Amino acid sequence: MEITIQTVVFLFLALFITLTSVLTVTTQRIVRSATYLLFTLFATAGIYFLLGYTFLGSVQMIVYAGGIMVLYVFSILLTSGRSDNVERIKNSRMFAVLAAVLGGAAILLFIYSKYQFLQVGDNKVTEVTIQSLGTNLMSSNKYGYLLPFEAISVFLLACIVGGIVIAQKEEDKK
Amino acid sequence: MISIICYLIVSTIMLCAGIYGFFTRHNLLAMLISVELMLNATDINFAVFNRLLYPNGQEGYFFALFSIAISAAETAIAIAIMINIYRNIRSIQVDKINKMKW
Amino acid sequence: MEITIFIILLPLLSFVFLGLAGKWLSHRAAGLFGTAVLGVVTILSYYTAYTYFTAPRLADGTFATLVPYNFQWLPLFLGAMKFNLGVLLDPISVMMLIVISTVSLMVHIYSFGYMHGERGFQRYYAFLSLFTMSMLGLVVATNIFQMYLFWELVGVSSYLLIGFYFTKAPAVAASKKAFIVTRFADLGFLIGILIYGFYVGTFDFVGPNTSAAVGGAKMIPLALGLMFIGGAGKSAMFPLHIWLPDAMEGPTPVSALIHAATMVVAGVYLVARMFPLFIAFAPNVLHIVAYVAAFTAFYAAAVAIAQTDIKRVLAFSTISQIGFMLVALGVCTSVEPEAGGLGYMAAMFHLFTHAMFKACLFLCAGCIIEQVHSNEMEMMGGMRKYMPITHIAFLFSCLAISGIPPFSGFFSKDEILSACFAFNPIMGWIMTAIAAMTAFYMFRLYYGIFWGKENIEHHTAHKPHEAPATMTIPLIILSVITFFFGWTVSFGHFISPNGKSFDSHLETSVAITSVVIAVLSILIARTMYRNEKQVLADSLQKRFKGLWTAAHHRFYIDEVYQFVTHRIIFGCVSRPIAWFDRHVVDGFFNFLAWSTNALSYQIRGFQSGEIQQYTYVFLIGTLLLILLLIL
Repeated sequence: MEITIQTVVFLFLALFITLTSVLTVTTQRIVRSATYLLFTLFATAGIYFLLGYTFLGSVQMIVYAGGIMVLYVFSILLTSGRSDNVERIKNSRMFAVLAAVLGGAAILLFIYSKYQFLQVGDNKVTEVTIQSLGTNLMSSNKYGYLLPFEAISVFLLACIVGGIVIAQKEEDKK
Repeated sequence: MISIICYLIVSTIMLCAGIYGFFTRHNLLAMLISVELMLNATDINFAVFNRLLYPNGQEGYFFALFSIAISAAETAIAIAIMINIYRNIRSIQVDKINKMKW
Repeated sequence: MEITIFIILLPLLSFVFLGLAGKWLSHRAAGLFGTAVLGVVTILSYYTAYTYFTAPRLADGTFATLVPYNFQWLPLFLGAMKFNLGVLLDPISVMMLIVISTVSLMVHIYSFGYMHGERGFQRYYAFLSLFTMSMLGLVVATNIFQMYLFWELVGVSSYLLIGFYFTKAPAVAASKKAFIVTRFADLGFLIGILIYGFYVGTFDFVGPNTSAAVGGAKMIPLALGLMFIGGAGKSAMFPLHIWLPDAMEGPTPVSALIHAATMVVAGVYLVARMFPLFIAFAPNVLHIVAYVAAFTAFYAAAVAIAQTDIKRVLAFSTISQIGFMLVALGVCTSVEPEAGGLGYMAAMFHLFTHAMFKACLFLCAGCIIEQVHSNEMEMMGGMRKYMPITHIAFLFSCLAISGIPPFSGFFSKDEILSACFAFNPIMGWIMTAIAAMTAFYMFRLYYGIFWGKENIEHHTAHKPHEAPATMTIPLIILSVITFFFGWTVSFGHFISPNGKSFDSHLETSVAITSVVIAVLSILIARTMYRNEKQVLADSLQKRFKGLWTAAHHRFYIDEVYQFVTHRIIFGCVSRPIAWFDRHVVDGFFNFLAWSTNALSYQIRGFQSGEIQQYTYVFLIGTLLLILLLIL
């Protein structure tokens, strides 16, 4: 197996994702947890770039790393209390969770090994053009995604309104 | 050529880390972060399946795109709810949220 | 005669009013209200009696039986059988109206002084009204079922009044005892009524010559016998007498009204009411009544001799005297007063006179008890100096009960003894002996209270004095009645077994014998108990120590009951049933409850409310499903 630059990048990204995603859930401090998540998201964007999906990678970086992470950091700052750092869980519970997780992973790996993937794509990075994306997103033909696009837009609007309603201060209640 | 299995293993690790975090953390925000990890793992799968198995279609691509949008919305709402909870009981530990009766 | 309905309704109204509104009335207002209502009732009763007995007799020489009211209350079996409520007037019910209203009025007036300042004064008057209403309703009952209804009401109000001091444990126990014993006896009464109703076809009092009575002739003796069990319970006949002495825990005026004059003679009244049927169909049952009553009279007299509590003495004396009445009824062999029917009239006569002088005795006892704060005879002695009016009234009543002329008791007792001698000389002599015992224990009581050894220490601490006017006036009225009634009223004109007027005349030999024996007994009592030092009495008491102790403990009848109920019924029957109930029946349900509880405890984790736990289960389920799909 020849070692191309692609393979090296992939290996690096894979190791990086493995490391940061595990650290995300094992670190005790919530701020660090968020930071590791950020790295994971960046690495995921790297995977998308590697696959040639540059627009998707950009969206990942802008929306996740730019938008959601800011939200996380602010809410962490708003809600961090004294007791948040100390999280102890029972050993029995930890083992149960680990067993379930490892069992699930084993099942998945078993499936991967059994299933015959018909890998037709090659490693040639072929750019998906923005033009074709826009056409497909806005068209209503066979490959069009106009309806999901509109549904998502209404959904986002609903979330904006809902977020405001939920998070606003209720003065009259107290 | 990198085998699809390699990508899948990466996403599996991410998914399992997310599940593990979801069950072991008591902080609602940490749980939400774990959920984000799981979502990301599925996004990777969508993109990889699209790219390596059906390179002529764009379904996986768009699913990943919409998934990112939905997760952004979900995060916004969830954080709004958490801030509301925090405002009421001064904590977002999941085992302290047991006063939904009133 | 329509006015008679108010005789029952007015006390009922008084009861309802005092019971509901008594809380906001002063003692004085409540007492005055109750007494005023009773006064009106008394006037109505006297008016009723006057118009009834002055009305012209029917062609056959009897007084008309009037039924001014008879409402249908419950039709049964499509109207084939009815329960009616109404008012029946005949000579004995009219006489009972007079007795009850008079004694009740006296007790109402007397209670004004006696119960002065007691807690629950209004309640007391309400209960008195309830009792008076029930007793009046009982005597004017138009049918046996109405009688039963009011009979039970009488029992309830008796229960309430005995337990009036419901904070005192003995009073509560006594009220329960009275209620349970009489209820037990009433079971017999009820069965008797049902048999009567089934075989005769009606609950009305039927004459012996009607077709209904003849139709049920076979079962009537059984029915009457069972009814007498109820009567024996109310009238405290042996062995159902045990409640009456304990009932003395109630306020003394209540004892006078209920447990001396009125309620306890309900049994006598019941037998008198069914008298024609007894004579026609069940003379043997009637004679059994006589034997039971004679034994009771003897037993009670013997016990009364050895009692030291003055109310207990009077209570046993009451039992004994009721025995006399029932003996008089029981020795009757025909409805002709000249030929074996004298006892009926004698019993009613004695009922009347006994009500008056026994009420008087109890009220006197109440006066004395209030002054010395004790029921025990040894705390008294020499009371004649302090309470002259009470003394005289008590003496009159004692002379009356002992059968000394010219007091009323002499005449009625003489009639009873004549009836007994006419039935059987042995019975006559037995009753004469019991009469002598009566005279003895009454004068033992009299000398013990008013003469004898004075308890100076006690009397100097609380100097006794004469009771207030509200209490002495009833005593005076009752003594006057006792003094005059016997020789001014010819009782046989009004009440006789066949309804026709007849002249009762003194049987000279019987009268002389009984008077001589009574005087002798009184003299013996005088020598034994009059002086300060009671040498003879003490030595006799020492000589017959066992007998005296047995009599003092009422011949251990209560202990026998205790043994039977506790050891035999409770121990052998109730306890195994209780064990079965507690361990098997309860155990089954406890097991159900326990298993539900245990199961819930095991599965309560399902509802922990922890989101992570729920999702964990969800995850495991998903994994299992996946496994199921790929395998």
